[in-house]
Amino acid sequence: MKILTTNYITCAVKACKTSSNAFPLQFRDAELVQEELELNEEFIKNILPRIEWPALVQTAASLGFTTLPSTKPEGDLDEQMIKDLHTLLVETQVISGKLVCGNCQHEYNIHQGIANFLLPNHLV
Amino acid sequence: MSRPEDTAPPDLFYDDSEAKKYTSSSRIQSIQASMTRRCLELLDLPNSSLILDIGCGSGLSGEILDEEGHTWIGMDISASMLAVALDRDTTGDLLLADMGQGIPFRPGTFDAAVSVSAVQWLCNAESSDVTAQGRLSRFFDGLYMSLKRGGKAVLQFYPKNELQRTMITGAAVKAGFGAGLLEDDPETKNQKLYLVLTVGSGGELA
Ligand SMILES: [Zn+2]
Repeated sequence: MKILTTNYITCAVKACKTSSNAFPLQFRDAELVQEELELNEEFIKNILPRIEWPALVQTAASLGFTTLPSTKPEGDLDEQMIKDLHTLLVETQVISGKLVCGNCQHEYNIHQGIANFLLPNHLV
Repeated sequence: MSRPEDTAPPDLFYDDSEAKKYTSSSRIQSIQASMTRRCLELLDLPNSSLILDIGCGSGLSGEILDEEGHTWIGMDISASMLAVALDRDTTGDLLLADMGQGIPFRPGTFDAAVSVSAVQWLCNAESSDVTAQGRLSRFFDGLYMSLKRGGKAVLQFYPKNELQRTMITGAAVKAGFGAGLLEDDPETKNQKLYLVLTVGSGGELA
């Protein structure tokens, strides 16, 4: 799972839809891989307004990336910032581990980079 | 030919051997590619959009999204299909998830969504504690929320009959989408049906 996706994904449990503790889901036992992918500047510019910055800072820090600015970069992004965001959001992936909900404590397993969001029916 | 939807639930139907068979069939590949291109044509997106692929399977549609410069996140209920996607080295991020349980993304995440040959599966209620209506409304409500204002979705699907067509379209409208149905090659055996959905316009049907 790409770091990008973790900034958008939420707990799928019905009772967590309205809880502020449910986002972002938190990594446990995360194993990381870097995969080189072509830089798409337009894409980074397109999605930046939709990034929840404090959540991204928190997720990144939990994985050992502590160099993000504490507030979202505004206006024209410099080239280095675009590259750094591409590396973190698009190229960095959690290949195995768990995503855990801070509200209901449900654990979503990640195996070969794929998170399992299937739930028992009574939880949805 | 019997419909796979009538045979078994999708996570069981698309086991390892069906998933490989489906993905390696050149006929299926080319139909899937042309339907995905049609979806993109109808979406008319700027480059570099973030797209949700619902029922992404082995990533056949994702390949086209990728070619067009978009970034995609795919969800599918079949672990076997996703395993083939991994083997094929697709670029999209993959999620094992059941669209009938909702769309687990925060509001306004996606520029657009596509789906090829998947949403008719929602009409198969798979256990005693879920209904097709319940699954349809969780899906469309979740999809509506996950798209940004002005966002669009194009869902190509194969309804089994008039009832399924009405159920699916009705659930989309009920969720708040502006909805239209588009038929390519109507009344032929190549007939293809596309549900074109927009967020933020009225709920009238074309
Ligand atoms: Zn939760």
